[in-house]
Amino acid sequence: MDTLTIGSRTFNSRLLVGTGKYKDFTETQEAVEASGAEIVTVAIRRTNIGQEQGPNLLEFINPNTTTILPNTAGCYTITDAVRTCQLARELLDGHDLVKLEVLGDEKTLFPNMSQTIEAAKILIEDGFQVMVYCTDDPIACQELDDLGCVSIMPLASPIGSGLGITNPYNIQIILENATKPIIVDAGVGTASDAAIAMELGCDGVLMNTAIAEAKKPVLMASAMRKAIESGREAFLAGRMSKRLYASKSSPGDGTID
Amino acid sequence: MTAQRLQIVLNGSSLTLKSSSLSDLVDSLNLTNARYAVEVNQEIIPKSAIADYTLTNNDVVEIVIAVGGG
Repeated sequence: MDTLTIGSRTFNSRLLVGTGKYKDFTETQEAVEASGAEIVTVAIRRTNIGQEQGPNLLEFINPNTTTILPNTAGCYTITDAVRTCQLARELLDGHDLVKLEVLGDEKTLFPNMSQTIEAAKILIEDGFQVMVYCTDDPIACQELDDLGCVSIMPLASPIGSGLGITNPYNIQIILENATKPIIVDAGVGTASDAAIAMELGCDGVLMNTAIAEAKKPVLMASAMRKAIESGREAFLAGRMSKRLYASKSSPGDGTID
Repeated sequence: MTAQRLQIVLNGSSLTLKSSSLSDLVDSLNLTNARYAVEVNQEIIPKSAIADYTLTNNDVVEIVIAVGGG
């Protein structure tokens, strides 16, 4: 069985999905189910004061088939990211798996890597299993791997951009050095982008906008599930070498005159 | 003699409370179906400790839930 192990947990699916930007929680639930994802990200936010509390997202996520992955989206400092993880752990009754992101800039949502590395150290020391959103810089990824993050998650392109894998060669170098699962996080736009990530040898792909902003999100979730599976199988099968000129598939001999 | 009123900050907004009980504050938000976490002055208050926790003037309280995110 081709499973994915992240820290102390093992999964069958290599597609991780977010829960943002959906029209309602029913659509979120249907898309998550169609994606087959077993890891589902959520954000941690203040409750609205003085307003009717509507339905809660967690009621729409099946705890028997999915692992909740709280993120630190929106955090621009080490302190805020660490506090958010600690709040998430309390909210989820001691759950220790988190997605760390310390952002550097509102416009690009690129991670601030020096602060990400410091926050990762604090969280690991505090007992968290840290999956970390990072740049596709092989040196930074190596450092996060060495300091004990359970998964390294380089961006393919900016969050929500749909630009696909902009630097496959960096991803290739990151994969060569990795001792932890490499999960492409952010930037995937459509099924072929996800397949490319998997064909490169990535261990998984995390996406949100590519599914949520599709015209038919539930159908795109299903497409992504297949893309991840076919990309993974193509990687395991090992692709043919490229050659410049044609090579006959049918025998050259025995053709009729 | 008027009842002692308490001034706190909840999720970034000033609030005047009649009760200093943290659990009264949490109950007033009707979070019945939601899983939540509470922080006072940047210290997490475990769920088991909320019932006995007494707020004091100028406390800064954060109450968070899980929402959609990527």
